[in-house]
Amino acid sequence: MRKKVIFRGAALPYLLLMPQMAVTLVFFFWPAGMAVWQSTLRQDAFGLRTEFVAFENFLDLFHDPIYLNAAWNTVIFASSVAALALGAALFLAVQADKQIRGAGVYKTLLIWPYAVAPALAAVLWLFIFHPSIGLVGRGFGALGIEWDYRVNGGQAMAMVIIAAAWKQVSYNFIFFLAGLQSIPSSVLEAAAIDGARPMRRFWTVVFPLLSPTAFFLLVVNLVYAFFDTFGIIHALTRGGPGNATETLIYKVYVDGVQNLNLGSSAAQSVILMIIVIALTAIQFRFIERRVHY
Amino acid sequence: MHRRTLLTGAMSLGVAAPALGQSQPIEIQFWHGLANPLGGLLEKRATDFNATQTRFKVVPTFRGSYPETMVAAIAAFRAGNAPHIVQMFEVGTGTMMAAGRAVKPVHELLAETGIEIDFNDYLPGVRGYYSLSDGRMMSMPFNSSTTVVWYNKDAFRRAGVDPDKFPETWQGVAEILPKLKAGGGTAVPMSTAWLTWAQIENFSAIHDIPLATLANGFGGLGTELRINNPLVQRHMAALVDWQRDGMFRYGGRNNAGEPAFPNGEAAIMFTSSGFRARVQREARFNWGVAMLPYYQGTPNAPINSIIGGASLWVMNKGPAAGGGRSRDEFQGVAEFFKYLSNPEVDAQWHMDTGYVPVRRASYALARDRGFYRDNPGADVPIEQLLRGGGTLTDNSRGIRLGGFVEIRTIMEEELERSFQGQQTAQQALVNATNRGNQVLRNFERANRG
Amino acid sequence: MSGAAIDVEALAAASRRRRARERMLTHLALVLGVAVFALPIWITIVGSTHDTDTIGRGDVPLLPGGEALHNYTTAWFQGGGGRNTFAVPASTMLLNSLVMALLIACGKIAISLLSAFAVVFFSFPLRMVFFWMIFITLMLPVEVRIIPTFQVMTDLSLIDSMTGLTLPLIASATATLLFRQFFLTIPDEYVEAAKVDGAGPLRFLKDVVLPLSVTNIAALFVILFIYGWNQYLWPLLMVSNRDLETIIVGLTKMIGIGDTQNEWNLIMATAVFALLPPVAVVVLLQRWFIKGLTETEK
Repeated sequence: MRKKVIFRGAALPYLLLMPQMAVTLVFFFWPAGMAVWQSTLRQDAFGLRTEFVAFENFLDLFHDPIYLNAAWNTVIFASSVAALALGAALFLAVQADKQIRGAGVYKTLLIWPYAVAPALAAVLWLFIFHPSIGLVGRGFGALGIEWDYRVNGGQAMAMVIIAAAWKQVSYNFIFFLAGLQSIPSSVLEAAAIDGARPMRRFWTVVFPLLSPTAFFLLVVNLVYAFFDTFGIIHALTRGGPGNATETLIYKVYVDGVQNLNLGSSAAQSVILMIIVIALTAIQFRFIERRVHY
Repeated sequence: MHRRTLLTGAMSLGVAAPALGQSQPIEIQFWHGLANPLGGLLEKRATDFNATQTRFKVVPTFRGSYPETMVAAIAAFRAGNAPHIVQMFEVGTGTMMAAGRAVKPVHELLAETGIEIDFNDYLPGVRGYYSLSDGRMMSMPFNSSTTVVWYNKDAFRRAGVDPDKFPETWQGVAEILPKLKAGGGTAVPMSTAWLTWAQIENFSAIHDIPLATLANGFGGLGTELRINNPLVQRHMAALVDWQRDGMFRYGGRNNAGEPAFPNGEAAIMFTSSGFRARVQREARFNWGVAMLPYYQGTPNAPINSIIGGASLWVMNKGPAAGGGRSRDEFQGVAEFFKYLSNPEVDAQWHMDTGYVPVRRASYALARDRGFYRDNPGADVPIEQLLRGGGTLTDNSRGIRLGGFVEIRTIMEEELERSFQGQQTAQQALVNATNRGNQVLRNFERANRG
Repeated sequence: MSGAAIDVEALAAASRRRRARERMLTHLALVLGVAVFALPIWITIVGSTHDTDTIGRGDVPLLPGGEALHNYTTAWFQGGGGRNTFAVPASTMLLNSLVMALLIACGKIAISLLSAFAVVFFSFPLRMVFFWMIFITLMLPVEVRIIPTFQVMTDLSLIDSMTGLTLPLIASATATLLFRQFFLTIPDEYVEAAKVDGAGPLRFLKDVVLPLSVTNIAALFVILFIYGWNQYLWPLLMVSNRDLETIIVGLTKMIGIGDTQNEWNLIMATAVFALLPPVAVVVLLQRWFIKGLTETEK
C-alpha cells in the first residue's frame, strides 16, 4: 500500500495541507466542539445570560415525549424511504439490465432525478399532492377521499416519504445496475440451464451476489433519510401537522433557529453526531470488507 | 495560486462595505419582514422620510419572514452588528421585552432625544400590546391588524340565511352552519386561518378571560397558561365536532387556509383584517366582514379584540458595553418614528395596506376622506378593537409570553391532533398547557437576573 | 416427418411469442417507471405555461397552455411570487446558485487534491494524524452541526456573504479519500522517473499527477457541482440578504406561508429553471456522473 518512493520536504507538505486543515478546523472542529460545550449550557437568545447545567439538556430530551416522537418519526421515515427507494430501484435495475432495445434511453430517463435537490423534489410533489391545486390531491377529493396532508399526519408522512424516496431511487438504480452488470453471464446461464424459474433464479443466484451493494446502499439511504431530507420536510410540511413529520434533524433546526433554545439544540446535535459516527463506522467496516472481497 | 483566485473571487462577491463619506447622511439600518406588496409600501415610507430631510437616511432591507427577520437580528446582535430598527411580529414581543440591553426601549429613546409622540391618541389595544404595565412604550407600534370574520353573502343567500347580518354569537353561528352545509353550495361552511390567534388568543380577549396568569404575562416571567378553561374547552370541542361533521375545516397553520375563502370553498373564514386586498381582488361573489362572534351568556363579553402584526424595536449594536450607538443615530431613529406617527402618514398606510390605523386621529382622517363609505366593512376591525368602550382589561391588553412563537406552535400541534381525532379537545388543551408552561419556565430561567 | 417439423416451428414460434411478451412486459415496467419519474416534472412544465388563475382555481391542466413566454420572461427578469416576497429575479438566483456550486466544486477539488498529494507523496511527522482529521469530518455533515457552525459564522462576520456560503462547505473528506485512492495507484516508477529528471514535487504534481487525474476531476466535478447546487439548509440559514438568494431556497420561499397568494405558474417556471442546470449536467455528462458517483460512493 505505502509508496516506496516519496518526496522530501519540510514545509511543503504542511503548506499543501493547510487550506484543507484550516477549513476543517474552523468550520468542523470548532463548531463541533462548540456544540458539545453548548449542550451543557442554558442561554437566552441574545447570548446575554449563560448558565452551566451539565447534562440537564440531555436528560430533558430523553424525558421529552416530543423528542421521543421525533426519534420514532425518524425511524419510520428512514426505514420507509430506504425500503421504497431500494425496492423500486432494484426492480427497475433488473428490468433495465435485460437485453432490450432502448436500455440506454431508459437508463438516462431514470437517473436524472438524482440531480433534483430534495427541497425541489418536495415542491414538485407538492404540485401533485396539494389538496387544491395538485393532480392527485384533487383526484382524491373527487373520489370522496378526504385528502389534506396539512391536517392528516399519516398523509403528510406518506407524502414526505414518497418525495424523499423518489429522489433517491436514481442513486440506488445506478448502483444496482452496475452490480447486476458485473455479475458474469456464465453464472446466469448456468442457473438458466438448471431450469430454475426466473423469479427463483433471481432470489437464489442474483440477489445474494447483489447483497453487498444492497447493504452499502441501505446505509447510504439511511444517512440520506436522516440528514439530507431536511429540505423536503421544510418545504412540504414544516414538521406538521402536530409534529407528525418532525424528524430529529428538523427538530434541531426548529429548536435552534425558531425557538432559539440553543442549549437543547446543541444537545440534539451531539446526539446526531453520535448517530452519524455509528453509521459511518458500520459503513466503513463494510467497505473495508468489500475491499478484501 | 488556484486557491487564492478562488478566495479573492469569493471575497469580491461578498457584501460590499457601505461607503462612508464625511458629508454622507447618517444611515439608519431598518430590517423588516414584510413581503411585497406590503414590503414595498413600507419601504416607500422610509424613502418618503428620507426625502423630508437630509441628515438621516433610513435604509430598509427585507430579511425574509418575521421569524427569519427575528433570527437574523439576534444573530447580528450577537456579532455586534445589529440593525438600528427591526420589525418584530407581535408574538416576538415577550422575547424582545426580556432582551435587556439588546434593545433600547422607545420611551427611553424619546426621552433622550427630546422627541414627543402622543401615544395617548393611539388605539388602546395597539398601545397596550407594546407598553409596560405602567404605560411606558417599549417599541413603536406599526402595522397592526386583528382577526375578523369574512363571509360569502351569496352562499348565505343560497342557504336561506340573512346575508346582511352575520350572527353576533357562536350560538347563532351553530344554527346557521347546518343550513350552510345543506344549501350554501360551498365545499365546507366554515374555516379558519391563524387558528390560535383567532380562536384562542382573540377568543379569550373578547370574552375577557385570561390566556395566562399575571395579566397574560404582563405582570412578570412567572406566568402560566390558563387556556384549559371551560369556555376555551367548549369552543375547541365545538370546532372539533364541527370538523368531524363536515361543518368546519381546519386549513393548516398560519394563514395557509385563507385561499379557501376567495376561491369559494368555505363560506365563512376567520382571519386577519389584512385579508381585504386579496378578497377584493379574487373573490367572484358578494362578501361581507363581521366582528368575531362570542358565546352569549359570558359576563362582560364582548370586549375589544387584540392586535396582531408587528412593531418596530430599536436595537443596540451588540453585547459590548454601551451598546455601540451614537446619539445621532438614536436621533435619526426617533425622528423616523415621529414621522411614522404622523396621522397623515398613518392614515395613508391604513388605506393603502388594509392594516388598521394605529391612531384615533388617523381613523378620523380616513373617515373624513370617505374611505369607509367606499370600502364598506373596512372599519369593522377598528370598531372591534374599540368594542366594549375601549378600556382594556388584563385579559384584553395583549399577550406577553416569552417563547410565544414556540407556544403558538405547541397549541397548533396539539389541536391538530384533535382535528385528526387522536385526542379530545380537552386533552389537547391539557397537553398544550403542560408543554407551554415548560417553555415558559425555560424562558424564565434563561432570562431571570 | 413434416408433422415433427411443424411442431418444432410451432415451439419456436411459441417461445418467440413468449420472449416478445416478456420484452413487452419489461418495456411496460420501464415505461411506467419513467412515467412515475417524469410525472411531477410534466405537471410542473405544463403548469408553467398557464396563467395563475387556471392553476389557482385547481383546474389541473395536463396539456401545455399559451402563457409560457410570459411566465418564463416574468420569472427570469422580475422573479416569481411578486405578491409574496421581494421578488428576486430567477436570473439573479440562478447566477448565485451557479457561483456557489462552482466555488464549492472547484474549491473542494483544489484543496482535496493538494491534501491528498501531500498525504500520499510525502513522508512527514503527523501525516496520519492529518489524514484522520480529514477523514473524521465525514462524520460531521453540515446539517448536524448547523447551529454552532452558524454561530461560528456570526463570530467571523461571514453571514450574508458568498464567502460564508461556500467556504465552510469546501472541506471534503470524500474527495480527499478518492484522490488518495487514485494517487496510490500511480506507479512508483513515475515518481522515480520524475526524480531522475530532477523534477521537484510541484513539477511532478503539475506534469504528471494532474494530467493523470483529469478523468477523476471531471467525475468529481459533476457530483460536487450537484452537491453545491442542491444546498438548502446552509443557504437558508446563512443568507437573509435577498441579493444572495440561491434558486433552491428562493423557490421554496416563493411558496407563501405569508400573507398572500401563490403565483403557481411563476413558481413552476422557476422550478424548471432550478432543475435545468443540474439535470443537464447529469444527462450530458452521464459517463462522468456515473463514474463519479460509483467511485466516491458518496
